[in-house]
Amino acid sequence: MEQLKVSVWRGEDAGGFARYDVPARDNQTVLDVVTHIQRELDPSLAYRFACRVGMCGSCAMTVNGRARWTCRTHVRKVVGADGALELRPLANLPVIRDLAADLAPFFDKWQRAQGFFQPKDAPDGAVPDEFAVVAPGSKARREADAGIECIGCAVCYASCDVVAWNGDYLGPAALNRAWTLVNDARDGARGERLDAVAGDAGCHSCHSTRSCTERCPKQIDPSGAIAGLKRTLFWESLLGGKRHG
Amino acid sequence: MDFRARSHPSWIGFAVHRVSGLLLALFLPLHFWALGSAIQGEARLDGFLRWTENPLVKAAETALVILLAAHLAGGLRVMALEFLGWGRAQKDLVALSFGLSLLVGLVFLFNVF
Amino acid sequence: MADRAARGQAHLWVVQRITAMILALAVLVHLITIITAVRGGLSAREILARTQGSEVWLLFYVLFALAAGLHGAIGLRNIAAETLGWRGRGLDFCWLGLGLLTAAFGIRAAFGLYA
Repeated sequence: MEQLKVSVWRGEDAGGFARYDVPARDNQTVLDVVTHIQRELDPSLAYRFACRVGMCGSCAMTVNGRARWTCRTHVRKVVGADGALELRPLANLPVIRDLAADLAPFFDKWQRAQGFFQPKDAPDGAVPDEFAVVAPGSKARREADAGIECIGCAVCYASCDVVAWNGDYLGPAALNRAWTLVNDARDGARGERLDAVAGDAGCHSCHSTRSCTERCPKQIDPSGAIAGLKRTLFWESLLGGKRHG
Repeated sequence: MDFRARSHPSWIGFAVHRVSGLLLALFLPLHFWALGSAIQGEARLDGFLRWTENPLVKAAETALVILLAAHLAGGLRVMALEFLGWGRAQKDLVALSFGLSLLVGLVFLFNVF
Repeated sequence: MADRAARGQAHLWVVQRITAMILALAVLVHLITIITAVRGGLSAREILARTQGSEVWLLFYVLFALAAGLHGAIGLRNIAAETLGWRGRGLDFCWLGLGLLTAAFGIRAAFGLYA
């Protein structure tokens, strides 16, 4: 195969595919292909990237039907036998232009899920007098550690059917972040956070299709995190456990 | 719907669970109403049961038994994840639930015919 | 505090899962009963001999019908919300009512088997 036949989404929500032929190389990422198109074939192509090494989470797109981080996706792993590559912007988000999706709703939902640390001892943001002692091997800390490497690429959000079915649904990444904080001994907003992730917009709408876990490039398990939130809310609402504080 | 993104075990497990659940939920009122009407003494019930001797009805019953077993096994899979945190076993549980429901269907078939 | 709507939705989920736990056992018993009962053909005498005057089977079927009615209605609610966009607190109460009505038909049948 000497040429890749690349179909690229052009336009906004209403748009269509444009075809480009890109030389195939032995070592080539999907992001390399997009960059080649923009530099050599059509400078008007809009896309987003920053770090190119899988840290920043800005280059995710839909590659041959699946959401992926393009900077760490080798073409040979995803290309069809005929050299076909189909590139779309991430699903479930408004399209700014071409391959760039608008991630504002995605990050707004992190806020709504209270996906930010609120120190227990210093609610005003002051530095606490004492260091918190956190046992690294404790069950809660291991649950939190399992989910904290999220780079916010929105691959899970674009892969989730519930997001597509319910515009209010907070989505896997925001709920995963909430679960890491629910398990953080230093956090002071456990009760408010559990309230924020309950109901149809939150964890209770998840049907465990596990597409988020299947697609996460960082091997995080948002589906398991959401199950954890359901489990915690179930027992604490049943036994009236101490939610606040 | 693009199945390229959805062709993995848990999603297929979800789809089977949703379709079986929908069909069972629609069948349930029918089942209750028919039984409630048929159970008016032995003779009337026997009349209803004779109708179920029809091979077409038996085939439909087999389908219902498989749907019920699939929904039961699929539900246990979901609850194993939600209440026990069995995340890594999900693929095996999907396979197991499909196998079990087919087995139940086969056993029913052998007994009913 | 979570708003009232979200709390109601969370409660529906809890009802869905508690009925699921009841149904897990009940469906297992139901499947075993079905498979053994159909052997050699169903007869009214055989069924009624098992159930008539048995408080245990009556209680089993009443609980089974109640759990199944509610579980099915909440499931239909979720499907209607996600595929048809039917949402809202008023509709939720309608679904619950439908579930209880379905259960009532099942309970009528259970009493038929008992009496």
